[in-house]
Amino acid sequence: MTALLDIKDLRSYYGQVQALHGIEFHLKEGSMTALLGTNGAGKTTTIRAICNMVRSTGTIQFEGKPLMGKSTESIVRLGIAHVPQGRGTFTTLTVEENLQLGAITRKDTKVIASDIEKMYSYFPKLKERHTQQAGTLSGGEQQMLAVARALMLRPRLMLLDEPSFGLAPLIVRDLFGIIGKINREDKVSILVVEQNAQLALEIADQAYVIETGRIVMSGSASDIVNNEDIQKSYLGH
Amino acid sequence: MELFINQVLAGISTGAIYACMALAVVMIYQAIDHLNFAQGEMAMFSTFIAWQMMQWGVPYWWAFILTIIVSFLGGILIERLLFKPLAKAPVLTNVAGFIALFAIINSVAGLIWDFTIKQFPSPFGSSPFLGSQLISTHQAGMIGVTVVLLIALFLFFRFTRVGLAMRAAATVPESARLVGINTSWMIALGWGMASAIGAIAGILVAPVVFLEPNMMGGVLIYGFAAAVLGGLSSPLGAVIGGFLVGIFENLAGTYIPGVGNELKLPIALALIITVLVVKPNGLMGHTVVKRV
Amino acid sequence: MSTVQETFATTKSPSTELPAGKSNALGRNLSLLILLVMLVVPLFVRNFVIFQITMVLIYGIAVLALNILTGGSGQFSLGQSAFYALGAYTSGILMEHLGVNYALTLPVAGMVCFAAGFLFGFPALRLSGIYLALATFALAVAMPQLLKLGIFEHWTGGVQGLVVTKPDAPFDLPISQDAWLYYFTLAVTLVIYITSIFLLKSRSGRAMMAIRDNEIAASAMGVDVSLYKTLAFGISAGITGIAGGLGAIAVQFVAPDSYTIQLAIALFLGMVVGGVGWLPGSFAGAAFIVFVPNLAEEISKGLSGAFFGVLLLVVIYLVPHGAKQVATFAESLIDKLRKT
Ligand SMILES: Nc1ncnc2c1ncn2[C@@H]1O[C@H](COP(=O)(O)OP(=O)(O)O)[C@@H](O)[C@H]1O
Ligand SMILES: [Mg+2]
Repeated sequence: MTALLDIKDLRSYYGQVQALHGIEFHLKEGSMTALLGTNGAGKTTTIRAICNMVRSTGTIQFEGKPLMGKSTESIVRLGIAHVPQGRGTFTTLTVEENLQLGAITRKDTKVIASDIEKMYSYFPKLKERHTQQAGTLSGGEQQMLAVARALMLRPRLMLLDEPSFGLAPLIVRDLFGIIGKINREDKVSILVVEQNAQLALEIADQAYVIETGRIVMSGSASDIVNNEDIQKSYLGH
Repeated sequence: MELFINQVLAGISTGAIYACMALAVVMIYQAIDHLNFAQGEMAMFSTFIAWQMMQWGVPYWWAFILTIIVSFLGGILIERLLFKPLAKAPVLTNVAGFIALFAIINSVAGLIWDFTIKQFPSPFGSSPFLGSQLISTHQAGMIGVTVVLLIALFLFFRFTRVGLAMRAAATVPESARLVGINTSWMIALGWGMASAIGAIAGILVAPVVFLEPNMMGGVLIYGFAAAVLGGLSSPLGAVIGGFLVGIFENLAGTYIPGVGNELKLPIALALIITVLVVKPNGLMGHTVVKRV
Repeated sequence: MSTVQETFATTKSPSTELPAGKSNALGRNLSLLILLVMLVVPLFVRNFVIFQITMVLIYGIAVLALNILTGGSGQFSLGQSAFYALGAYTSGILMEHLGVNYALTLPVAGMVCFAAGFLFGFPALRLSGIYLALATFALAVAMPQLLKLGIFEHWTGGVQGLVVTKPDAPFDLPISQDAWLYYFTLAVTLVIYITSIFLLKSRSGRAMMAIRDNEIAASAMGVDVSLYKTLAFGISAGITGIAGGLGAIAVQFVAPDSYTIQLAIALFLGMVVGGVGWLPGSFAGAAFIVFVPNLAEEISKGLSGAFFGVLLLVVIYLVPHGAKQVATFAESLIDKLRKT
């Protein structure tokens, strides 16, 4: 069986500076894969490269089709939803408009309204605030909105960049609970980037560790959790 | 008091011109985040196209509609050909591009249609409106068209998917791309719409200021001022701004001694700047509450 | 906090980006070479061409002034023609009404405009971007009208303007008036150019550029943002005023309609063509605004505007960063040649 996402020899550049030095990894259909690494390791760059948001070379295949050279918007239209670092909220639009935007490329307009209701059932806070300007939401609410917006695409693959960043631990628990549920029940494959390795390894099945632009370790989440080096440098044991 | 009311009325009727132009300005500002200095010239050129069609015998409303379509396509074409290649260039370089476009359109129009003043018909006639000497039926018609246009734009942006996509692309382009919106085409669409609205403004203004290649210079400046006063992000603000600028201008001309026609513009601008110093986002501009 | 924003903060600063490492001055050898050429050029060309080159220098000073404002402090002005006019009238009135020596009128013009610019800088503090553009634009539109006002007519000559006497070369030097004026302008230009380069390198210059790059960060670093922004306006206006004074002497005439918004736009174009924020480019930009309209006129009288627009478009497509980009390119080419 081919992987849903297949990345080989990915090299990315910011101007003259090379940020990724030949990344290789695979993501199986239906899996929840974690991409771990310290600040500046190249996690964000990796998932930006998948959506062609940074100049890169190498091959990236999604369901066997090459993504390299496609525009960001056409990659998204293939069913790859990207929750960017910093959330990317449309601050001047309402919460509900943000959700509608998530589905803006879908042709099945009839069921969008019911999908929005579904998002409200995942995140009741968003329902309470659905007419409010999205910029007025708290950080945690905006993160939920970003996840919900991404789900409105009915994606095959969801890329999450540090969803836990800046959120209170309790909210993080909630959010990761829902992310896990989406992965199991809605069969959305997920690639989650995290600095909080502990948390990510709890819900992921696969994990890759990235350091200064290179994959330095890969395996099942349980192997990684038990690895001594990882325990020392990422889990603080 | 009667003088005051009359001047306000006169202000509203000139304000309608500015309001219409300001709508076009806001449109382009939404799409590209800066002011297009060539917008007045584009509107002038559209108006000449309408005039030419009528010279060829096309009935007024057909000419009106055809001109709007041609202008819409022309706006898209200008964006694709001239400004898309500059998308990555610095902002000020883009502004220089607008100035170049201004010079080109003005000069070409002068060559094709020369610089003599031409009469332009009004479908509303020019008799006094409801017996008032200050507002003619044309001006009343112009106000009507502006209001209809405003409502149409409101409905478009509020209730259509394309409208929503355009707003999204204007506010956070990167996120817009991440939900699958082709932001580059949204910009082109914004140019097309701005050009079409500009054409309407030009056709409405032409019976008042007469048709010639330099007809839009002053109008565009007032349109900018109105749009800025209104907040640049709000079509309603632009229209209100347009009427306010018209009223300011007339009252300044009447009540401030020594203000001839020449000083009306600077005084209107000074007033607007005073307003902006107090309210930097304009009257109806977004004040976004941001949390990080 | 900042990490959240980093991917979404646009890397472009609002008005200007210098290519990394591009210094604000030309190398010493190149500068001396250019100076040498400038010194001997009047010996080889007609008087009219000397006059045109003089105008390039004068507009170059005015563009440089705009560069200090926009490239230096990130503020934008469409009102430079107003300060240019103020400088021109100051020189003109001092010379014709009060009999002051032409050279002495320039510092006065500079100081008058510095004061005007500094004062204008205060309300401008509240405005930025498009709003500031509109405010300065209003200034540019108002100036010719103010100069026409009846109450000033005794001094300004109203709509007619003032005729300014062209100075002769001193010490009975055997050169034409045009050549003398050229050398005089060249000397003034040199002084202003060198002072400006030192200014931008100084503490104040660095403070201004910190404001340009990030106002909030600058103020957090302890830069007095209001002071430096108004100061930048004052300095820019002062230098523009000196250019205006020189312009009055060179053209021998000041009239309200010589200083319309079109002049402000021309200066703006000069800045873009030269490369925003790069001082040496000011003179390349000035050459563009002096010579290209003439060139367009020669291509076609009827369509000169269109040809000017097309030439302008060609330049900004080829080099969106203006002459600055050409210089960077040339530098890297020379580096490569040296290495091989
Ligand atoms: N916009 C940018 N310009 C230049 N360098 C960048 C940019 N964004 C990231 N980098 C560099 O690329 C490397 C990887 O960054 P990133 O992918 O954001 O790391 P992570 O998400 O793992 O914290 C870092 O060294 C960072 O400094
Ligand atoms: Mg990151």
